[in-house]
Amino acid sequence: MNLEILGITVLWTFLFGYIMVGAIDFGAGFFNAYSVITGKQRVLTKVIQRYLSPVWEITNVFLVFFFVGIIGFFPKTAFYYGTTLLVPVSFGVILLAIRGSYYAFETYGSRGHKGYSFMYGLAGILIPASLSIVLTISEGGFIEIIGGNPVLDYWKLFTSPLTWSIVVLSISATLYISAVFLTWYANKARDVEATGLLRRYALTWSLPTMIAAGGIIVELRRHQPEHYNNIQNFWPMFVISLLLFIGTVILLYTKRQYGWAFTMLAGQFAFAFYGYGASHYPYLLYPYLTIYDSFTNPAMAISLIVVFILGLCLLIPSLILVMRLFLFDKDYVSGKGDYHA
Amino acid sequence: MGNEEAVFFSRVLTETTLSFHIIYATIGVGVPLMIMIAQWVGIRKNDEHYILLARRWARGFVITVAVGVVTGTAIGLQLSLLWPNFMELAGNVIALPLFMETFAFFFEAIFLGIYLYTWDRFENQKKHLLLLIPVALGAMFSAVFITIVNAFMNAPRGFDIVNGELVNISPLLAMFNPAMPTKVAHVVVTAFMTAAFILAAIAAFRLLRGSDHVYHKKALLLTMKVGFIFSIGAAIIGDFSGKYLAEYQPEKLAAAEWHFETTDKAELILMGVLTKDNEVKYALKIPYGLSILAANNPFAEVKGLDQFPEDEVPPLYIHYLFNLMVFIGMWMAFLSAVFLIGKWKEWNFIASKWFRWLIVLGAPLSLLAIEFGWWFAEVGRQPWILRDLMKVSEAATTSDQVDSMLILFCLLYLVLGVGSVVVLRRMFRHNTVEKELEDRHAMRGRDVR
Repeated sequence: MNLEILGITVLWTFLFGYIMVGAIDFGAGFFNAYSVITGKQRVLTKVIQRYLSPVWEITNVFLVFFFVGIIGFFPKTAFYYGTTLLVPVSFGVILLAIRGSYYAFETYGSRGHKGYSFMYGLAGILIPASLSIVLTISEGGFIEIIGGNPVLDYWKLFTSPLTWSIVVLSISATLYISAVFLTWYANKARDVEATGLLRRYALTWSLPTMIAAGGIIVELRRHQPEHYNNIQNFWPMFVISLLLFIGTVILLYTKRQYGWAFTMLAGQFAFAFYGYGASHYPYLLYPYLTIYDSFTNPAMAISLIVVFILGLCLLIPSLILVMRLFLFDKDYVSGKGDYHA
Repeated sequence: MGNEEAVFFSRVLTETTLSFHIIYATIGVGVPLMIMIAQWVGIRKNDEHYILLARRWARGFVITVAVGVVTGTAIGLQLSLLWPNFMELAGNVIALPLFMETFAFFFEAIFLGIYLYTWDRFENQKKHLLLLIPVALGAMFSAVFITIVNAFMNAPRGFDIVNGELVNISPLLAMFNPAMPTKVAHVVVTAFMTAAFILAAIAAFRLLRGSDHVYHKKALLLTMKVGFIFSIGAAIIGDFSGKYLAEYQPEKLAAAEWHFETTDKAELILMGVLTKDNEVKYALKIPYGLSILAANNPFAEVKGLDQFPEDEVPPLYIHYLFNLMVFIGMWMAFLSAVFLIGKWKEWNFIASKWFRWLIVLGAPLSLLAIEFGWWFAEVGRQPWILRDLMKVSEAATTSDQVDSMLILFCLLYLVLGVGSVVVLRRMFRHNTVEKELEDRHAMRGRDVR
């Protein structure tokens, strides 16, 4: 394995981490807001807030890690993506800002404030949609080099079916991942009513997620044949992903083993995500930028990797501590102890 | 939109974001230390007031930290969105501290979550206090690493340029550039100082508004002590910063001091106005002052603006920014010193209305000093984004939509600024100290029974 592949694998892993924890987080915010409208707040809010409260800031760090890391390992991305993504990413940032701060305002400031709950629920669900545009653009065909500078063709971008399939996938996957996780969490908290409701949400969003994902592969065939052909080479990964999906749905349907259902869901997304990533190789942006021509100098690469390893030595124990305190601690999950400042 | 407009709007947007973010970032770096001190004093003296102080500060802190985090994410992304050419170059040389900062931030985020949700979960309060150490360290090191990047922009090191190519890159040399020690120390110490004076202002305000509870008096004394110590620290480091500038960025010092001609025995110019022919009027002049600031020697020669090409001299209005920053720093050191001496000598006037109002005024003044300091730091580097290497105008995006993004972000900061103030006020107005202490006693009473 060379440094380029090592670098992109690390970054891809953090992006995967962000997609998973972010999806749980954003979906939870949305379900919370939805339960406020439909009057089911009593059922859902407690379990959702128990999970969300201590971890929201951690979620955000995964994203920061990814974009700081990509500039570090692949500085040329700053030029290509920085210039072209001003508008879509600015929208993403604004949504993230609303989501993060209003979440804190509601949770720590005025508990149960409906307006705030709404605001962060809605902002949250739009974040995956706005950030997923970056993945669409990376497929190429939307950026032209004019006078030496990359320029994004908005008309082409927003009239492309590929864009919209990815947007639909990002939203439905967010709701699906979140619902499956929360089903497990509610079940752990022995909250039968919430478990039932969340399980229903999970089943509702399972099929749309799969259809949207399939649709993307079909769109890709037209839009970027090179990538489409590459995907074929990784077919076993996508088959495993599909089998894991079926496994999750069966467990949910038969109301068994929610922990395993979530594990299989994580596996499903991991296989699909890494399969997609691997088939994208070596391009960061079709057809201008590969991981080789954008890679940083060896001195920087090695120091980044050393820092990364040292950083992990700090982070992994801390993350385990968080999980033991809030995810696997029975008293906390079921709401027996409330030790908030 | 022409390139010039893109550069202009990119500058305005970056300045707006930084000016807004720095308020929350400064509080975010400084307040964890204050919480730590209060909780520690509370445990040691077995005094519930200090413990409650830590607890209430922590609650308010979460709100400011949330805004700090999201605006920090905004500036992190805006660096690439608005200055892609700069980030491409910087990514090659100074990406390391940026990367380290995310780890510091990660560490802080994790332990802040744990700290907030484990009040009273441990039998031993000290264990809970231990959880705060990584929060304070993470917050401080975030500031350290980011300031290192800013220091690099002022004194780029750790690489060579041969035929337009970057070679001999040394990420560590880039980090430990000459601007780094004074800059990092100054940012961290003034964050502690500002946080202390903001919390002091809150205590003084409560005392003015009719609550005579000893809780607020304890808070005021503690914060003024800490504020005084760090304001002295800030002054000493400020002196070193002057020497750094004289050696490595003489044009910045000369512009800040309106020092036009290279001379020895240079005088320090305070305030004043500049005529069309660059004549200084109505200023207070301290003989030998600038020579002492620059070299610790009243007879030392100080380079003037005559040594630099005109298009490489920063705007001369930074003189006011520099002066105002220093004045506020001195004033706060003086004010806190008077307060502490007054406590010791039992002077009555330090408990008077007007004196407490002066302490309240210290909060906005301290934040203004932080703003002046950053504007001075950034405008004083003009026209460079990387000194002697890349001009701001060469670094900006070529995108046409910066102006509309500027409007959107201004709206965002308005929403966040108003939102955070409203929420903070609501949190503490309904839940006064007196009420919370009573509730706690009632609860404890029930437990005993």
